[in-house]
Amino acid sequence: MKNLKVVLGIGVIAIAGFFIIAADHIDAPAVQGGNSDITDFYAFQGENTDNLVFVANLQGLLSPAMTDTAMFDENVLVEFNIDTNNDFVEDLVIQAIPKDGKMWFFGPVAPSQTGLKSTIQTNAITGGVVDISAYGSSPKITSNAGMSFFAGPRDDPFFMDFAQYSEIIAGNASSFNTPGADTFAGTNVMSIVVEVPKAMIGNSGSINTWVESKRK
Amino acid sequence: MKTLKIVLATLVVSLAAFNCSNDDDNQSITPGPDFSGTFTQEDQMGRPAVNTVFVASADKDMFNVTVPSNQDAAFQSKFQANLMALSPAFANDGDMNALGQDAAAFTGLLATDVLNVSLDGTTTFYDGTNVLTGRALADDVITVELLLIFGGEDFMENPGLSNDNVDANDKAFLSSFPYLASPH
Repeated sequence: MKNLKVVLGIGVIAIAGFFIIAADHIDAPAVQGGNSDITDFYAFQGENTDNLVFVANLQGLLSPAMTDTAMFDENVLVEFNIDTNNDFVEDLVIQAIPKDGKMWFFGPVAPSQTGLKSTIQTNAITGGVVDISAYGSSPKITSNAGMSFFAGPRDDPFFMDFAQYSEIIAGNASSFNTPGADTFAGTNVMSIVVEVPKAMIGNSGSINTWVESKRK
Repeated sequence: MKTLKIVLATLVVSLAAFNCSNDDDNQSITPGPDFSGTFTQEDQMGRPAVNTVFVASADKDMFNVTVPSNQDAAFQSKFQANLMALSPAFANDGDMNALGQDAAAFTGLLATDVLNVSLDGTTTFYDGTNVLTGRALADDVITVELLLIFGGEDFMENPGLSNDNVDANDKAFLSSFPYLASPH
């Protein structure tokens, strides 16, 4: 029989991971610190309420100096997955793949295969292409058939008092501070933002969505 | 119907053609960039912090390459064990969070790591009224998750652990596309 210490030890390890980096930043050994490491995923109604916005952030904790040289990897596909019938299998994908300074978007389109392997859906009839924005310049935005596209460095929108949580876990503090301090303040990420008319996804109800990075 | 790639490639080519004489005998539609090849999954994410909080160190890579439809079977029981060990608010039989979920129900929701998004209106992780209808940039998702993990049935338990007291981003978001703030 496991004693309480062992059981609690599991909990401490689990929550320690929480503080090592938060939303999904550096979440697992195989991807941490690399250019396929997804830091965060957002999906929300757009300024035009007929649209949904998907945001994938990669390569977290970029200092301003690091941001100037950060790049998307042409061998890394970022794929937004959309499940419209609640079976947790993607019915539609929006793929974002960088090439020669541009980010190409394909979809929403039914993928030729679901799951862990993908090919680029160049058969898609919706999508677009945008110049990858440079650090220190105005964001480059394009639109096509009601969709809008952006790729480039942005402020990391994630916020959390990671440092104080670390102190709690280390046993040096018993609670958060009031107010707390945002450990992610002043750091950037590489962002991919795509806005899509809801009509391209479904008419009503709810979807399940998640984002994947896949390497060639 | 022309595919998007051809439409876009044509645009790119029409610009490129400006600068180069096209004296070869290539009669086919220019293919545009080469997007061939098979891409294999490395990372995935639905809800914030699920892999980091609930997945044991040895399983983190596997979690990232387990398709959502298989995640419940592979991870729910492990999540439940971690949650019950982690939080005093789930230490006893019958303990629930403010959504009325016991440890099995809560981890049953979390183990399938997808973000639920409404097509019909407000999209928020939690705003006091709407629950899990999306994730907006300004949503204080960490405090919501801390409350659901540590806050107990009424969000009142373990108050020192259930709010990090960082409630907003360090830069204001934009009301228009691309919504995220400019980099530092």
